[in-house]
Amino acid sequence: MRERDGAHILMEVLKSEGVEVVFGIPGGVVLPILDAFYDPGMPRFLLTRHEQGAGHAADGYARATGKVGVCLATSGPGATNLVTALATANFDSIPIVAITGQVKTFLIGNDAFQEADITGITRPITKHSYLVKDVTKLGECLRAAFHIARTGRPGPVLVDIPADVASAKTDVEIPDSVDLPGYKPVIKGNRRQIKRAAEAINAAERPLLYVGGGVIISGASELLRQLAFKTHIPVTTTLMALGSFPEDHPLALKMLGMHGTAYANYAVQESDLLIAVGARFDDRITGDVKRFAPHAKVIHIDIDPSSISKNIRVDIPVVGDASDILEGLLELCEPREHEEWLAKIAAWKAKHPLAYKPDGLKPQYVIEQICEISQGKAVICTEVGQNQMWSAQWYTHRYPRHFISSGGLGTMGYGFPAAIGAQVGRPDALVVDIAGDGSIQMNIQELATAVYNKLPVKICILNNGHLGMVRQWQELFYKRRYSGSTLNGNPDFVRLAEAYGARGARITKAEDVRPALAKAFADPSVWVLDFVVEPEENVFPMVPAGEAIDRMIGGMA
Amino acid sequence: MRHIISTIVENKPGVLAHIAGLFAGRGFNIDSLAVGETEDPARSRMTVVVRGDDSVLEQVRKQLGKIIDVIKVTDFSDVEFVERDLALVKVAVKPERRREIFELCEVFRGKVVDIGAKQITIEISGPEKKVEAFIELLKPYGIREVVRTGRIAIARGD
Ligand SMILES: Cc1ncc(C[n+]2csc(CCOP(=O)(O)OP(=O)(O)O)c2C)c(N)n1
Ligand SMILES: [Mg+2]
Repeated sequence: MRERDGAHILMEVLKSEGVEVVFGIPGGVVLPILDAFYDPGMPRFLLTRHEQGAGHAADGYARATGKVGVCLATSGPGATNLVTALATANFDSIPIVAITGQVKTFLIGNDAFQEADITGITRPITKHSYLVKDVTKLGECLRAAFHIARTGRPGPVLVDIPADVASAKTDVEIPDSVDLPGYKPVIKGNRRQIKRAAEAINAAERPLLYVGGGVIISGASELLRQLAFKTHIPVTTTLMALGSFPEDHPLALKMLGMHGTAYANYAVQESDLLIAVGARFDDRITGDVKRFAPHAKVIHIDIDPSSISKNIRVDIPVVGDASDILEGLLELCEPREHEEWLAKIAAWKAKHPLAYKPDGLKPQYVIEQICEISQGKAVICTEVGQNQMWSAQWYTHRYPRHFISSGGLGTMGYGFPAAIGAQVGRPDALVVDIAGDGSIQMNIQELATAVYNKLPVKICILNNGHLGMVRQWQELFYKRRYSGSTLNGNPDFVRLAEAYGARGARITKAEDVRPALAKAFADPSVWVLDFVVEPEENVFPMVPAGEAIDRMIGGMA
Repeated sequence: MRHIISTIVENKPGVLAHIAGLFAGRGFNIDSLAVGETEDPARSRMTVVVRGDDSVLEQVRKQLGKIIDVIKVTDFSDVEFVERDLALVKVAVKPERRREIFELCEVFRGKVVDIGAKQITIEISGPEKKVEAFIELLKPYGIREVVRTGRIAIARGD
């Protein structure tokens, strides 16, 4: 084997792992690595304007494509700027490999210039991390990093490479596979448990599929569909699972939980069998756990044993990959009609649909139109707040990997850089970031990245002049004392877009929404559409925190 | 309830920090901790004694299992096991009363490991209760220093 330096070992691993692009920002200690990127035939290095942007872009790329996203940052401040992105990916089980530079090995621990103990800082928010102090181990660690990021319950893995390791040479070969004695994720579900689950499903009168992001990660959407169609079991999804089941199908109950549909929440409360697939009973879903699904037996299918019986008692746990287990269930479950149960649900749907008053320019209307004009085929990224919840509610989600949102961590500033990553991974797709006027300002600098790299993301700002979700809670629970939630001093987003070389438009009337969207969606530029919406519109229905999920307020016709 | 959690881990930097972090992040105080190589030098055993709510500790046990460098986790609450503490106790004792200490050592199978003009150091090992009882009996003489290891435990053999 010929000698090469650490930086080129990194390139070899990136290429053999099929990495096309690395998002990042350089700095002193990663110069050997940046230099290697300059050679012909290397993966593309895509320069962002902030490391947080690079991390979220890698995350958005991963969510849109199902591949591992890769980002790179220099030591110290570069690495610490990745922290929020890593925590975001970790919470939502997104495969990322983050490469950070580190000061030279002999300086580690000496408070050297731009030194940060980034493996220490990120330990609780990564799936795993490596500090590689020996170039002969670099290939092996990088190989393991990709393996760990991608398999089992996916997640971010950080590899910290000191400058002298990146430039040190070795002829050690890179292993093709890895041996990790402590890491053996369970993929195949226990056959006896699958059989027990199938028996419970066959015996149930009011079963309900409660589906989480695990189904999308596992690529099990098609199997889910087949199981639901065969057994006529209605399906409700979490935020992370939007698109795993077509919402235009009568069996779809859309999202459940705090801002879920009334009919999904009622169905949970009345069901006699809750079949959780790749979901983890988050408190935004369960509300008061003691009053959650009081009549239901619970089947919990999850790849992560630590998710089982964490928040809720589970009657039939099945640990493994959703695809494997759903396949087993599909075989063992009998065709059913569930006429009575479905009729009851249909009545709830008719009586309590999602609703808003269509006066003025309403954010819900904007999202409905985004859905219509894109024919529901856009890759939708969101920021966090009301914009996120309205996107979940008012867009008809039909396809997996078409809804990209920070669920677990709820990271404002996630959506736009994630949209950039999604556009890189899906160059032909229409990628839309549905944003709030607050969130968009948290990574607005990435407009330069999008424009320069010709990544024609469409940013639709639902500009309500507030940190809207905070304002909503203050309206409902703090006597309308809008402390710190008014966005005075917002910029002119249209001129801001133009300053970056993007195109912009301001929309103030409902009748202008469709033409503006149609024009922007058909145009190859980056667009910022500033929808000046009703400032005090609320997201309803809403389950107040800690309430039972059928105790919703507002928004019901 | 008190749990003795025993883990086999890869003998690598960062593993102890990771495990300690899991407990700390959940507000558990570690009562005792012992780390040492196993029969395979690439692996270490960490024995952790913690007190806490059973269901929370069950979650901690599962989270420990998720750490990539953790190979095996056993909660000794579920199995028959033998446990040992080791302590070194330095006692102030005048030469004329040394005999009494030697007698105590005999009963408890303690070992005198150092004798000075005014002080004497004893090594004692055994289950926690025995070690504590022994230290208690030495108190009237004037204990100068106690150094205790973390608890180690091993499942009973077949
Ligand atoms: C980084 C970060 N900081 C703070 C919050 C708390 N927070 C949640 S929603 C929200 C308001 C978001 O405002 P905007 O982006 O305008 O969205 P809107 O709710 O108005 O649609 C805030 C501050 C958060 N989720 N993330
Ligand atoms: Mg806002």
